[in-house]
Amino acid sequence: MSESREIPPIPERPDARDRPRIGVDEWVAQVEDRRADERGLGGALRRGWRSTPSGLQFLAVVAIAATLPLYLSGGDLFSYGIFTLLYAVLALGLNIVVGFAGLLDLGYIAFYGFGAYFYSLLASDHYGIHWQAEAAIPVVVLGGALLGLVLGIPSRRLLGDYLAIVTLFFGQAFVVFVNSANPDVAGKGLTGGPNGLPDVDPLNFFGYKLTTKNHYFYFLLGSFIVIVAAFHFLNHSRTGRALRALREDPLAAETIAVPVNRLKLMAFSFGAATAAFCGCVFAALQTGSFPGNFDVSLLITIYAVVILGGIGSIAGVVIGAIVINVTFEFLSPANDHPELKRWLFYATILLLLTKLPWRRAAIVLAATVAVGFAVHEIVEAVAPSWAAGSPIDAGSLGDAIRSWVIIPVGHGQFAQFAYVALIAAILILTRLRGWWRTLALPPTLYLVAIVWENVLVEQPSVTRLILFGVLLIVLMNARPQGLLGTPRVEIV
Amino acid sequence: MNDGSHLLELRGVSKSFGGLRVVDDLYLHVDEGEIVSLIGPNGAGKTTVFNLITGIYAPDAGEILLDGRDVGGLPPHTIAKQGIARTFQTLRLFLNMSVRENVMAATYGRTKATVIESVLRLPRARREERETRRLAEEKLGFFGQRLVGYRWDQPAYSLSYANRRRLEIARAMATEPRILLLDEPAAGMNPVETHEITELIGQLRDDGGYTILVIEHDMHVVEGISNRVVALDHGVKIAQGSFEEVATDSRVVEAYLGIRGAEEAEEAEQAEEVE
Repeated sequence: MSESREIPPIPERPDARDRPRIGVDEWVAQVEDRRADERGLGGALRRGWRSTPSGLQFLAVVAIAATLPLYLSGGDLFSYGIFTLLYAVLALGLNIVVGFAGLLDLGYIAFYGFGAYFYSLLASDHYGIHWQAEAAIPVVVLGGALLGLVLGIPSRRLLGDYLAIVTLFFGQAFVVFVNSANPDVAGKGLTGGPNGLPDVDPLNFFGYKLTTKNHYFYFLLGSFIVIVAAFHFLNHSRTGRALRALREDPLAAETIAVPVNRLKLMAFSFGAATAAFCGCVFAALQTGSFPGNFDVSLLITIYAVVILGGIGSIAGVVIGAIVINVTFEFLSPANDHPELKRWLFYATILLLLTKLPWRRAAIVLAATVAVGFAVHEIVEAVAPSWAAGSPIDAGSLGDAIRSWVIIPVGHGQFAQFAYVALIAAILILTRLRGWWRTLALPPTLYLVAIVWENVLVEQPSVTRLILFGVLLIVLMNARPQGLLGTPRVEIV
Repeated sequence: MNDGSHLLELRGVSKSFGGLRVVDDLYLHVDEGEIVSLIGPNGAGKTTVFNLITGIYAPDAGEILLDGRDVGGLPPHTIAKQGIARTFQTLRLFLNMSVRENVMAATYGRTKATVIESVLRLPRARREERETRRLAEEKLGFFGQRLVGYRWDQPAYSLSYANRRRLEIARAMATEPRILLLDEPAAGMNPVETHEITELIGQLRDDGGYTILVIEHDMHVVEGISNRVVALDHGVKIAQGSFEEVATDSRVVEAYLGIRGAEEAEEAEQAEEVE
């Protein structure tokens, strides 16, 4: 029946440029447009990167990451290095469920919490059990996978919104369980209630204890490599294809012999196992598990990582984790490098300007600088107290803009008005086109700088959420499919 | 098991939705190596018959035998694994996967590498992956140059309508089925493409050795390829036999044209005979 047929000769890619291009479809044209983009130095770099095998690309990224402990202090390594890796691994697990299998699982964080609490029970003074990590981690991961299966069995027939509701309920029920239910087991509360489970052992492999931040960083980096490789191979195997097929069209997947329900369960328990693993590391890292660690805000962050990076793309999810965590930590009030913050803020604005053709960008930049100095001069001459302030925590950059940006002293309301004015200016900007927009850009950018220096630097804890939201909106507008995602297309 | 009879056989199959009997006591069989066409006006229950055979619906009564074994009511993926593949009237491709992956996905039921083998790239997983790739390219090669080369890596949504129809057939072929069910393969195609698909279905039987049950409205296609034709109306089989027999059957003409239409057609025929 399957006598081997010859594959017909493979046609050349139609790439004629000087004759009518019959038979060239949209996709080919897009590929060629992308090629045409690749001119100049940036293009050469992009080409070189793209022609590198993905394994080497990955190794290069890992090699760079491995040098982080050399120049990051303990606290920075903790918030930037370790948490980026933790978010990346968590998001990779979620990506299996949401990205590959297309199941909207809003109870994901409960598995993370389950892992943390389970590990805490197996390795703390709470019940006086002190398991080694090489025993505790496999048990917890297996337990997570089983819990995923248990949640999956009743919900596998649910689709879309209904699945989301059931899993969200599960996630909330978990928090209530550990926080309020706290059942009495062997004479004491199982989960410690609001106090959580403190004094958890650090990870301890065969007597070798992970004690420093560096240890955890390298342990997580190693796990990250293993998990990325595993999920990459999984994605390009029969199972990965079947998962994606069921995401695209479950009925059609059934008719090509894919057991859809079984694969949904598999995706669920893979995601749960990954989350449980992260939970172990997290509990050991902060030597405790507390109910507040596993609430909806973390769920939103992890979803933001997956969506921003590009649903279904492993590399995208990793980049999403870097972007989200680094921005979030960088905007955090605990960030003790205010001058670095300032550099990054202005660098980001310059980066956004590169979206414009370079001549126009140069004009806008020059105009912004000029507007600033002019406004500052005028204000200083007319009402000196309105320009008397200087940037907070000024370093070299702060000093440089001292006579550019206006910072009033003793005019408390100014900051709020500037803030509202900025929102209005940005709204107006979105309605303008062409040269009008270019014309409106310099004053708006200057206003951005004023708001940053007067408001945002002073109140980081409130404004970081706003900035974070703005960043997400801008990014998702520019690339709805996420940074490295491919756009989902439906034919109507 | 097989008592030398039919590859696929429906015995007294019925299916109702609420009070509506969509398929009523249907007897139908397809033998190895033949092409059977299922015709009938819109709403006659043809696609429901396909959905019953492929397990999307379970029959209310009757047996569906593949090689003598009852497959009625089994889950679709089990039935697919036992050798029944289909295409859909409204295309159901995996649009955001590449052309080649669409076809490779269809070998799921016949490959055996476990998740652990796949993740660790153990020899069996690697060998199956190579074979699957080769098989997908071979199946896509069935359509000449239309779906080979640079098209392998194109996402399925970027294909033209006719190519999407071809890709769906290639996907069904890749499950290496005992019997292939094609639901209106020529729908929406222009006359040239229709002619081509007719030839192709013939080739599938003659060169590929496939057994085919096909739903088709285009009578030229039906005439060109069918070994036998079965006509349905309101879920009841009203005629079967060669194309000529069925096409001239008064009940079939009536089903398509209505009673008055049938009478007029008969009168016209008699008038012709008189002349």
